[in-house]
Amino acid sequence: MSVVSMTVNGKPASADVEARTLLVQFIRDELGLTGTHVGCDTSQCGACVVHVDGRAVKSCTMLAAQAEGAEVLTIEGLAKNGDLHPMQAAFREHHGLQCGFCTPGMIMTAVDMIRRKPDLDEETVREELDGNICRCTGYHNIVKAILAASQEMR
Amino acid sequence: MSDKASGEGIGQPVRRKEDFRFITGNGHYTDDINRTGQTWACFLRSPHAHARIRSIDTSAAEAAPGVVAVFTGKHVADDELGGLICGWTVTSKDGTPMKVGAHPILALDTVRYVGDHVAMVVAETLADARAAAELIDVDYEALSAAVALSTCQNEKTAQVHPEAPRNTCFEWELGNKAETEAAFARADRVVKLDLTNNRLIPNAMEPRAAIGEFDKGSGIYTLHTTSQNPHVARLVLSAFVGVAPEHKLRVIAPDVGGGFGSKIFIYAEETACVWAAAKVGRPIKWTGDRSEAFLSDAHGRDHLSHAELALDSEGKFLGLRVKTIANLGAYLSTFSAAVPTYLYGTLLSGQYDLPAIHVEVDGVYTHTAPVDAYRGAGRPEATYLVERMVETAAREIGMDPAELRRRNYIRTFPHQTPVIMNYDAGDYEASLDAAMKAIDYAGFPARKSEAASRGKLRGIGMSSYIEACGLAPSAAVGSLGAGVGLWESAEVRVNPTGNVEVMTGSHSHGQGHETTFAQLVASRLGIPMEQVEIVHGDTDKVQFGMGTYGSRSGAVGMSAIVKALDKIEAKAKKIAAHLMEAAVEDITFENGTFTVQGTDKSLAWAELSLAAYTAHGFPSGEIEPGLKEGAFYDPTNFTFPAGCHICEVEIDPDTGITKIAKFVAVDDFGTVINPLIVEGQVHGGIAQGVGQALLEHGVYDAESGQLITGSYMDYCMPRADDLPSFTLGFTKTESPSNPLGMKGCGEAGAIASPPAVINAITDALGIRDIEMPATPARVWSALQAAAPRAAAE
Repeated sequence: MSVVSMTVNGKPASADVEARTLLVQFIRDELGLTGTHVGCDTSQCGACVVHVDGRAVKSCTMLAAQAEGAEVLTIEGLAKNGDLHPMQAAFREHHGLQCGFCTPGMIMTAVDMIRRKPDLDEETVREELDGNICRCTGYHNIVKAILAASQEMR
Repeated sequence: MSDKASGEGIGQPVRRKEDFRFITGNGHYTDDINRTGQTWACFLRSPHAHARIRSIDTSAAEAAPGVVAVFTGKHVADDELGGLICGWTVTSKDGTPMKVGAHPILALDTVRYVGDHVAMVVAETLADARAAAELIDVDYEALSAAVALSTCQNEKTAQVHPEAPRNTCFEWELGNKAETEAAFARADRVVKLDLTNNRLIPNAMEPRAAIGEFDKGSGIYTLHTTSQNPHVARLVLSAFVGVAPEHKLRVIAPDVGGGFGSKIFIYAEETACVWAAAKVGRPIKWTGDRSEAFLSDAHGRDHLSHAELALDSEGKFLGLRVKTIANLGAYLSTFSAAVPTYLYGTLLSGQYDLPAIHVEVDGVYTHTAPVDAYRGAGRPEATYLVERMVETAAREIGMDPAELRRRNYIRTFPHQTPVIMNYDAGDYEASLDAAMKAIDYAGFPARKSEAASRGKLRGIGMSSYIEACGLAPSAAVGSLGAGVGLWESAEVRVNPTGNVEVMTGSHSHGQGHETTFAQLVASRLGIPMEQVEIVHGDTDKVQFGMGTYGSRSGAVGMSAIVKALDKIEAKAKKIAAHLMEAAVEDITFENGTFTVQGTDKSLAWAELSLAAYTAHGFPSGEIEPGLKEGAFYDPTNFTFPAGCHICEVEIDPDTGITKIAKFVAVDDFGTVINPLIVEGQVHGGIAQGVGQALLEHGVYDAESGQLITGSYMDYCMPRADDLPSFTLGFTKTESPSNPLGMKGCGEAGAIASPPAVINAITDALGIRDIEMPATPARVWSALQAAAPRAAAE
């Protein structure tokens, strides 16, 4: 066991965990932030995407210890002062979610996508979503929401 | 109606009430819940498709760090727990009931598929449980396995259950054999096709999970679980498995992350967790990982069929005969026997006036995971068969496929098919016309030539589908072998302050009931949607319900709410009449206001709600205090959503990669409450259907019975860049079989799209058939086979 410390959603967080603890386990089990989900065991589905030092990361693919000292942002920290992030608002406006399970990972991926590529088109959005699986929406409205948010955030 | 109310009314694209919690990470899925004193379960699963268990030594596991208990099939048997059941009995054509093999919670002496449950380890942490499971020593005698569906119906192949010789569970038939044979005898042309409906693995994004608890003081068990129908789970767990009496078992299905059928069923894991919770005296949590989901969630489809269609010289259909072998897997799952029979054979008339149909279905056991309902359940298999046959017939007689369909559409209603169903309403040509217009069918030849100029092969394919939804009239399903009625319940509770709670037996796991049901209630009572709370998924809150599947929640679940609202209005009018000293017949209720007709006397909804609970001066015996009404709604018929989907593909002959260039879906769902949500349902359904047609295939090794496609690295899920944006349209004929005129929209996309895609691919390649999934390798091979010389050049 060893103490791992990081900043999560702007607040200091630390816990005494086994070395093998994954970042997603740290977030869900130690911090009780259950908005970040686990949908697979092969780092394919993207339900667990969070931001580590501003970059989208599959938190099932990283040890908590590797995030020592990092700034971590989860879905719970995205809305600021009670205002939804434009990406969250766009997902609601365009019905970009159904069961909601993949949604936190989708939104965190999409926010990072716009940071990296402010001029998005449909083809790029679809390519960029390669690491996030949704079984409900057929992606149609997710793509629509991300394109709308990218306009909004311009 | 106020602006606000009309903006939230029926037919409005209201944004979903449930979204806020999901987009902010505040949902509560089963795995998000933790209980005080909780332990963790890990299931040891069979590595063999078929083996005898000589012995199980759990001593090392029991002594391992953190282990609380280890359970095997012997403990289950010692407790005289029943096995898992199939709730639908199918009778073979010789009159004998289906042959049911025992389905124990934990294997006793035999394992029957890779992933079958052998033991459960309960420990302080998940890591402890997993480590200890590795220490269980099972002495297996590995046996040969029956895996390939085409060859396992004989005595020489390994037998899955001693009760079912030749691995045959039932040999069922439907329709009129003699009339069908006569139709073929006088046919001018007979079209024949062998078809495979590929095995699919459902893959809801939230893996199954369960937390079992036992309260010693009250003797009450509680099970949190990922269920589409918590009341049915409670009924099965109490009446058949015998975990606890029904009134001592509470089942809660909180936020559930998708189901697509796979979470209808009652599985070994949740059963074991709730049963063992009393044994260890602590809550037990199990969360499946994706690998476990691949191994042990019930799979879907998996049919082999031979079909023949008889036509006269004008292209009029005379008869259809079908022989299907349907894979049931190693055990009968909760509704598995109904899927390839009453949800399949009954839809083989499609949208067509087909005077004679005869279908035979053999339900067959194999040493693979159980197969049960997956989005569409039987109806995609029927639609695939019918629409592939119609397309093939059109090509063979040289008629435009749209024209052949037009010649054979049913045009008058009600229409009795030869396979049970009585279609009540529809306009099939309207959806065909709309779809052809939307895709610019007439412009296809030009697009094909343009594609050819770029070296690409372009093809177009259509699918005119019908499904039977709104499951289902209880008397009808009872006569066909169902062990349950398929009504739905609702209870409307009006609070003294005028806001409303609606308890529904439907269950939402992505469908947006909290929004659509609230739209209905708010518009009926003339109150804002925010004053309506939809409550579901808890057997302590909702008295009983049949759950959500078969696109039934609108047509059946909302009809129950309408019925309860009728009772609320009737009682509220009685109270209003008393308060305003008028006759009940003179009270009108509109936009949330009760008025005495022809006077200026009126009462607002909130005033009336409060008066219902103050009950001051109610004439004793005539009006009871309070305002709460319940209703059970049993549909009078199935509903029949129908429509036309057209797909246009472009194939790269060098790589065999198929790109969907355009996809148009025109659907008739009757009344639509919320078009935004309905469109979302269609999108998702199409994606799953395109997945079946192009990408997805659950594959077992034919010898060893190992699941080859056991992860997202091997099972090809549709991703965003596999799909286009879809073009949707709607036509409307209202269903006369329920008060709202709804038909259901949840499964249409998955039902309609696979034949549209395959019809487009075979059109592009100029070949008769290609097996699903039409992967690049298969497409490329088909091209080589069709033109070996051209390819060699």
